[in-house]
Order: sequence, then structure tokens, then C-alpha cells
Amino acid sequence: MTESLLSVRDLIVEFPTRRGALRVVDGVSLDIVPGEVLGVVGESGAGKSQTGAAIIGLLEPPGRIVDGTVHLEGERLDTLSGDQWRRVRGRRIGAVFQDPLTSLNPLYTVGRQLTETIRTHLDMTEKQARARALELLGEVGIPAAADRLDAWPHQFSGGMRQRVVIALALCANPRLIIADEPTTALDVSIQAQITALLKRLCREHGTAVMLITHDMGVIAETADRVAVMYAGRLVETGPVDDLVNRPRHPYTEGLMGCIPTMHARPVRLDQIEGAMPAPRAVPPGCAFHPRCPLAVERCTSERPPLVARPPLATACWVRSPDGDAA
Amino acid sequence: MSPRDEETVAEGDPVLVRLRGLTKHFDVSPPLLTRLIEGRSRQVLKAVDGLDLDIARGRTTALVGESGCGKSTVARLLVTLYRPTAGDLVFEGTDIGRLTDRRALASARRRMQMIFQDPFASLNPRWRVGRIIAEPLRAHGLLDDPAAIRRRVAELLEHVGLRAADAERFPHEFSGGQRQRISIARGLASSPHFLVCDEPTSALDVSVQAQILNLLRDLQRDLGLTYLIITHDLAVVRFIADTIGVMYLGRLCEVAPADTLFARPRHPYTRLLMETVPDLRHPDRDRRPMAGEVPSPLDPPSGCAFHTRCPLANDRCRRERPALRQDGPGQVACHAAEEGRLSPEGGDAVKGMRP
Repeated sequence: MTESLLSVRDLIVEFPTRRGALRVVDGVSLDIVPGEVLGVVGESGAGKSQTGAAIIGLLEPPGRIVDGTVHLEGERLDTLSGDQWRRVRGRRIGAVFQDPLTSLNPLYTVGRQLTETIRTHLDMTEKQARARALELLGEVGIPAAADRLDAWPHQFSGGMRQRVVIALALCANPRLIIADEPTTALDVSIQAQITALLKRLCREHGTAVMLITHDMGVIAETADRVAVMYAGRLVETGPVDDLVNRPRHPYTEGLMGCIPTMHARPVRLDQIEGAMPAPRAVPPGCAFHPRCPLAVERCTSERPPLVARPPLATACWVRSPDGDAA
Repeated sequence: MSPRDEETVAEGDPVLVRLRGLTKHFDVSPPLLTRLIEGRSRQVLKAVDGLDLDIARGRTTALVGESGCGKSTVARLLVTLYRPTAGDLVFEGTDIGRLTDRRALASARRRMQMIFQDPFASLNPRWRVGRIIAEPLRAHGLLDDPAAIRRRVAELLEHVGLRAADAERFPHEFSGGQRQRISIARGLASSPHFLVCDEPTSALDVSVQAQILNLLRDLQRDLGLTYLIITHDLAVVRFIADTIGVMYLGRLCEVAPADTLFARPRHPYTRLLMETVPDLRHPDRDRRPMAGEVPSPLDPPSGCAFHTRCPLANDRCRRERPALRQDGPGQVACHAAEEGRLSPEGGDAVKGMRP
């Protein structure tokens, strides 16, 4: 494997509450190499968005990183101060969030938001920044970009707004973009446009993407590697094809089986009984064991480590016993 | 493969709901004074614009389309939450769109129920589950003996995979999937023949979605229910529907038995919709994203509403609105299909679309 662009080790994120700390991310380790698209999937509450927020230093207080490290190109991020973050966020890591309307300031024109962002990160005059903004709008496929530069966010449709947000994220040519459910708020025909756009731009610019989504279809088409999260933990990672078609973890397997597809019509869908536990009620041992058809005694008491057995790394006592790797 | 897979909704199937020219317009004009002072005109949103559809008894019919296509308005019209502007809405032989007699309306409403998308918003947080489920029984005066109501609630809870004891708990004690089960139990309380489900699984995680879809299928088998499912998710439709209607800007562009629609989609919009959906098992499929966006329903394009995005549009499409006409086992509203300009397989219909 080449040198990591982003390296996360044993990340733990907690939200302190009056009734004790809620652990929403529990010992997540992952790497992203330059130019790679890493898909992070999981159901709501699995901790995927919190992982993304922790990496980019945007955890909602009182949420905080209690343990673990985040390194970007060798520089440690999790200990940066607010001021120091400003050099990194936007310039070296861009972000695209789910709702394009709340990501844009409704009181500024699109052009002003772009030029302001460009000038914050790059040493440019107003005129140069405007030219760069125009170029970016064209690049993300906004028709008649020159006329749209002075338009307000409300004058754009949802899909067009998301294109503007992507242009904003790309402003300073970051090495990594964290995209949290970038297509979830959009219609299917627009979703495909945005996914294709994100994929094309990142390939052209050599930008790596951490794509956080609950939609396995989007992951299958976009990601190079996938990390599956469950109850705040990483349960399996690996190349997208292996993970989708030959998963080892019973949760990944169940997840793939229960997704309906347009190409087949089974009499029943496979289903995983029950629901994912809330952060306060994560069971001891493997968090998945109460829903797992394969669970054995050991799963109820001992937490399985993520064991690498290429091509996948799996955290499961039954399917991937520890052996000597750890 | 079950026998169901082979069957299609033949013309002879008994029809539970018959829609003819169903139309719902909303007046979204600015206030009178604004119109007078600023010289603005009245504005009408044609949410549903002349819909013809038969819903077969004991089957699942699905309406699919993107946001703003009018599919949820159809659902609300069907359960008489809205009154149609024009057209017929015949349910079990009665035109319920024009009913004014409260008792007749109540009787029709007892025989149809709706399941909503958001199981967090559709259950009263201050009521115990037992009271929520019993509400239709009380509202329609079906049972009034408390013991009988309790027995019926217990039976309904068990039917949807919950425990009788759950009647004593509050909605917040349940997960999203369990809440949707409670909604379904409430929907079944008045023993309806017809369930309208508006995006029943869109708010749920995939592993829970599978549970609810399987449950809906089991209930249909056990109770002989007729479903109308409103959804934007083609994979869900593939699993659950017998007949599918594809909507675009308030109109149906294609109606066909599910197997036909997926094997041989006819309308260019249906074809593009299928191409744009990412698929888990076929990620390398040559997908071309659909160009353009859904036009505003306030100002729909002339002629065929889809002509602005259609690779096959010609002058006639821009001028003349295509009618829904028989085409093989289904119906399609497309001049290109009628004139034989469509390719049979659909693959090359999208040539010339830019990514």
C-alpha cells in the first residue's frame, strides 16, 4: 500500500451527558491513500457521520475525541486549535454535506461565496478569484456560469446547489474531500449526475474522497474500498467488489442480502432481525451478537478485533478468528 | 419462483379502484390584493392532471416518480384527504370523489387506510400504543367493549410481529421499524380492503426496510389486501409490485405489469430512470446519468411534459400531449412509441445523452 494520505487510529468519540458518556465512535482505524474513494457505510446511528466530523474537526459540542489520532499527510489534526484548523479545513480537506441549502449562505450570491472562499485559501486578487470561480462553476457543470455567478442560492435547484457546494469544496484544490450523504437529499436522476461529477472531478484533480452514505448502490458504483460501521465500530473493510460480493462479516452479509435490486424478484428479502442498538445500550462482546445467526458463547463476552485476512479485514470471532494477526 | 412471479394483471382481474381523468389542481395564486396591485395573474399547480388507472383487487400497484410528480397527491386523493378537481375516483363501485354523505364517506374510509412515510411523525407521542391502534375501532364505532378492543389490539400487534404487552408502552420506546409496524397495525384495525402506503420504508434503514417489505407481503397473503405503494425507489417496486405506474409532472407516462416494465420499459423516461439507479450487483453497468432536471410543475412544458429531457423528442412531442395508449401488455403515453421510433431494447434510445 502506498503512503497514507489520511490515517485514523483507534478513534473514540464521546458525548458526555448527565447519565454518563455516550460513545458514538468506538475505536475506529482507517486509512485513505491519495486519489482513493473510501466509502463508509452503515445504518443511521452507526457513527459514520461522527467519524467524518471528527476527522475534519467539526464535532458538534459537547462531542469530543477522547482517544486516538488523526493524521493528514503526517500532520496530526486531532490536537489542532481552532485557529490552526483554519489552515487545514477548506484548503487541505474539503467538505460536502447532505443538504445543499444549508451549506450555502442565503444572503450572499454564489459568486461572492466562491470568491471569498478562494481568497481565504489562495493568494489571489478579487479579479483572479472571480475568474477562478467562473472556471469552477463551469467545471461542475453549471450552464451559463457567467450569468449564474451573481445569482442567489435560492435561485438554484437542489442539484445545481449541490454542484455549487462541490465547487466550494474544490476551491483550494484539497487533497481530501469528506462527502457526507452528498446525494441523499436529491432525486434519483440528479443523484446519478452528482455522483458521476464527484467521481470525475476527484479523478481529474487526484483528490481522495471519504464518501459517507447509507446507500450501498452509490458505494458500489463510486468507491474503491468500503468500510462498514455498526454501533460505532468498524466491522469490515475491503475492496468494494470483495466486500459486496463475498462479505465475511455476518452483518455485511445480511446487509447485502436485504437490499432489494431491480434485477431480481425474490419471494422474500433476507432480513436481519431486530435493530441496531442505541449508543447507550451497546451489548458487551461483539455489538452485533444479539442479531447474529452465527453467534457463539465468545461473541457475547469478548469484543472481536478487526483481523486482516486479505482481501478483507473482518471483526468476527466466527468468520475471522484471531489466529496470529491482530 | 412463486406462482405470483408468473402472473400478470390481466384485463379480466377484478378492479378495486378505478381512476378516470383524475385531476387535482391547487390554487397557488398570490393574494387578491397583490394580484391587483402588481398585475399578477392567478396561478394553478396541476399536481395531478388527468390520471387513468385501474387498481386490481388483491394485488399491489405502485406509483413511482421523482419528487413533485404528484404521486403523493394521488395517495391523498385516494383516501379522500383531498377532493378531486375533476375526474372519477371509483372505489368498490362508489365514486368516492363526489360523495357528500358523511356516513357513506365514513364507510368508504373504514375500508381504506393509509400508512405514512415518517413513523416518528404519524404516531401521537402522548398516547399509549394500545390507544393508537384502537383509534380506528373507536372512530368507526366498530367495537366498544374495552375487553374486546384489548383483544383486537393484542391480535393486531401480534400480526405485525410485536408483542401484546407492547400496547402499554409509548411510541418513543420503539425503534423506527417497530413504529412503522405500529402504524401498520393501526392501519389494519378497521379491517380495510385497501392500504395506501406513501413511501412506507423511505425513512427506514435497509435492514429494517427488508423486515417491513416482507411483512407487507405476508399480510397481503394472509388478509387478501390490495396495496397502492407510492415510492421513488425502483428496487423496492421491483420486489413488491405487480403493476407499476410511472409518473412525471402529474401525468402517467407508462403503466405495465412489473415483469414487463422491468424487462422491456417503453417510455423514454422509464428507461432513463432505470439507467440512473445505482445497482449494488451491477456497478459496472454502463450508466448514463439523465441530463437536466424536472421542470417546475407550475409551468410544465407544452405537449409531452418530458420532451425537454427526452432524447427522442420532435416537433409533435413539443406540440401535442400524448395520450396513454395500449402497448403490448401495458400502456404508454409516448409519440415515439406510437410511431415506432423507439428502439425495442431501449439501450440505444439514450444515445446522444451527455453525462
